[in-house]
Amino acid sequence: MQWEVVIGLEIHTQLTTQSKIFSGSATTFGSEPNTQASLVDLGMPGTLPVLNKEAVQMAVKFGLAIDAEIGQHNVFARKNYFYPDLPKGYQISQMELPIVGKGHLDITLEDGTIKRIGVTRAHLEEDAGKSLHEDYSGMTGIDLNRAGTPLLEIVSEPDMRSAKEAVAYVKAMHALVRYLGICDGNMAEGSLRCDCNVSIRPKGQVEFGTRCEIKNVNSFRFIEKAINSEIQRQIDLIEDGGKVIQQTRLYDPNTNETRAMRSKEEANDYRYFPDPDLLPVIIEDSFLEQTRATLPELPPQKRERFQSQFGLSLYDASVLASSREQAEYFEQVVGIVGDAKLAANWVMVELGSLLNKTNSDMTKPPISAEQLGGMLLRIVDKTISGKIAKEILEAMLAGECVEIGIGSADEIIEQRGLKQVTDSGAIESILDDMLAANAEQVEQYRAADEAKRGKMFGFFVGQAMKASRGKANPGQVNELLKRKLEG
Amino acid sequence: MHQMTLAEIARGLADKKFSSEELTRTLLARIAQLDPQVNSFISVTEDLAITQAQAADARRAAGENGALLGAPLAHKDLFCTKGIRTSCASKMLDNFKAPYDATVVAKLAAAGTVTLGKTNMDEFAMGSANESSHYGAVKNPWNLEHVPGGSSGGSAAAVAARLLPAATGTDTGGSIRQPAALTNLTGLKPTYGRVSRWGMIAYASSLDQAGPMARTAEDCALLLQGMAGFDINDSTSIDEPVPDYSASLNDSLQGLRIGVPKEYFSAGLDPRIADLVMASVEELKKLGAVVNEVSLPNLQHAIPAYYVIAPAEASSNLSRFDGVRFGYRCEDPKDLTDLYKRSRGEGFGPEVQRRIMVGAYALSAGYYDAYYLQAQKIRRLIKNDFMNAFKDVDVILGPTTPNPAWKIGAKNADPISAYLEDFYTITANLAGLPGLSMPAGFADGLPVGVQLLAPYFEEGRLLNVAHQYQLVTDWHTRSPAGF
Repeated sequence: MQWEVVIGLEIHTQLTTQSKIFSGSATTFGSEPNTQASLVDLGMPGTLPVLNKEAVQMAVKFGLAIDAEIGQHNVFARKNYFYPDLPKGYQISQMELPIVGKGHLDITLEDGTIKRIGVTRAHLEEDAGKSLHEDYSGMTGIDLNRAGTPLLEIVSEPDMRSAKEAVAYVKAMHALVRYLGICDGNMAEGSLRCDCNVSIRPKGQVEFGTRCEIKNVNSFRFIEKAINSEIQRQIDLIEDGGKVIQQTRLYDPNTNETRAMRSKEEANDYRYFPDPDLLPVIIEDSFLEQTRATLPELPPQKRERFQSQFGLSLYDASVLASSREQAEYFEQVVGIVGDAKLAANWVMVELGSLLNKTNSDMTKPPISAEQLGGMLLRIVDKTISGKIAKEILEAMLAGECVEIGIGSADEIIEQRGLKQVTDSGAIESILDDMLAANAEQVEQYRAADEAKRGKMFGFFVGQAMKASRGKANPGQVNELLKRKLEG
Repeated sequence: MHQMTLAEIARGLADKKFSSEELTRTLLARIAQLDPQVNSFISVTEDLAITQAQAADARRAAGENGALLGAPLAHKDLFCTKGIRTSCASKMLDNFKAPYDATVVAKLAAAGTVTLGKTNMDEFAMGSANESSHYGAVKNPWNLEHVPGGSSGGSAAAVAARLLPAATGTDTGGSIRQPAALTNLTGLKPTYGRVSRWGMIAYASSLDQAGPMARTAEDCALLLQGMAGFDINDSTSIDEPVPDYSASLNDSLQGLRIGVPKEYFSAGLDPRIADLVMASVEELKKLGAVVNEVSLPNLQHAIPAYYVIAPAEASSNLSRFDGVRFGYRCEDPKDLTDLYKRSRGEGFGPEVQRRIMVGAYALSAGYYDAYYLQAQKIRRLIKNDFMNAFKDVDVILGPTTPNPAWKIGAKNADPISAYLEDFYTITANLAGLPGLSMPAGFADGLPVGVQLLAPYFEEGRLLNVAHQYQLVTDWHTRSPAGF
């Protein structure tokens, strides 16, 4: 049987407001337990919530960025359930009238095509605290620092058809909220968490299969692995004659399996109702326009501009535009070197592999845009070859010449004597020595027919470059060598 | 000294006839002597009172002269008071010392009032008889075998017994006006949003409103002045200027249009009360008022709507009392579920548990539309009824309660019969309107109250009408025997 996978995602993004959504407490991560919990966050009797306008503005910003309708009449509702890290016994959320309505987000698939993923809604809510089970034997510690942190819960349509698409969507969403400056996107600290709804159906069937929800997956890699393991579990189950039951599951990265948390029957009745402590929030057109004016250039527009302004391919443009830091870095490099294709290539390929190697990302690039741009300039003016450039990149990474300046390419070239040899006389003498040392090969070359000469020619180029320690200008080497061998 | 009203105290203090400390000591002694009979206090804050009184005297000596400076009062025990037990008359919060002051408490303290203590009430303000308190029933000073009304029954009984001149109360379905009526006091529930709810432990958030309880409208004006105002900590408080309530007390009633809804005179109204209501109308006519007929066609739906909305909100508001962070925790919980079940089962009394269950049921999936949404629709209809009525009249007048105070325990077997006592008061909460109850006579020695309702933010008009009425009547001056 051919199976089709259907995936919908709920992404919880912590908004980077100065203070919590309903109290004045700070939202800084990693403080001593319960030091950022006010009377309101503790759920003290008699306390009341006051909505943080900044959170509303961030949600509106997000809504505008995904082309969604913004709810003009916003109602906060109470979601009632008991849990020790939920101090009031209810979470203030939005139910019927969310702030962000239907919208969409485009993702770029691996084959370079663009797919539009629907966003059903996004609503504001408060985060709960944390239960700490590890540090206390037989007891649970409660840390309410996180309680009341604003969350924007973004619910997608079931539009994704593979784990890879799901990851592409989360990455695009991750990039978007960072572009907008509304979430720091730090998945390890839980600033962006994902619930994955997964079901399968026979290919061609219209009705959805029964779905399972994998709760709280917090890395791109785990999202892909969790979904794939869940897909396999469902396929195995059905092909063995079983049935998928709707339930909430947890992904265990150690076993690469999902396991059941609770089934639909055990699900809470949350008894939602409008929170009487908060008045409906009316969003006026003027507020919308004010907020729209603060929107930065977003990935799709940036991608289009990169294509038209710099003549980049769709794929290169969308990769570069996919994160705000990378796009800004790229534009800085282009600003220095002028050659956009060269810049794109070095940012995507060489810098990309440096990032992998150093296990860092574009928020803390190991080499600055000034350094990279300055070096590319030397490729353009033929001071160095591409090969030497890679050597210089390594040197920059090692922090070379930082003590005498900024660790610029020019400083390293000077220090290491890497300046490309373009003096024909000097190159000729290198070639002469090399050819003399390989007299036998020269004989063979001259005896060989045109078809074989190509490969042999490469051998001489390699020897010449080696002899010049890579500094000889490859173009000149080619030209002069050809002349000498023919002669 | 204990017979003085707030206004008389203010004059006495201003004229240096006595100090706030002298007055406070006199009243504290009186509370110690007489309160065992009425059980109106949960906590008497003697040390705080003396400190505050001395501070008020010092401020006055330094030239200050506020109307509330040095005035003794007490707070219903659901207003958070920093460092002082704030129990809501519940075993659940018997050990709870609030870490902060409610806005009402802070504002009144800043005005120089002296807090004599925290008054008894129905547990979590749920009740009309003050019988559901963890600290025992409160008795009506007019007849100690009768209830004082509720839920602000402790505040009412304390003022009626002349233990102090005034107290704060809260009113969710009549909890200021009904006990005021049953103990011969003047009590005012302001417009929803007029007084901050910050620090007032919630029963039903969309209905709760704090207000003054005193013997006269003049005193209610003084106390409301110290309580009212916008509060940034309460999103439902309203940013409207607070008028000078005392300044309008003496406005003429010439041409005042009074509406008496015909639906008020239905079965269930004690005919003696009906007579006293009509007598009060005659009294106001003599002062120049005219009577127009008005109708509140949806009145009969008010009680069912209220007893869905209030418990629904309460079921959620009281979820925070779970034995985890504060309040009562059961002994040796087996696990988390056991901790929740027993802490709540043992910490809450039967009426609170009943309302939590009713409310949770009304909000549950499958019933929400039929109960909660329906009740909200009725609420809108009732509000519309009032909007229509206030096109033709300036105030609506009627009985505060269908019956005078009943005997303690008389309605215990049948909660519904107690719920029906809220028939006249509940609508003001559902519509968010201000309402006042004032003494209007007696039925077999038990006080009877008349209720006045006005459009939003017309507290001044209510106090004006009541004050003019009190200038020509003496019901409000009568004291219960033995007090």
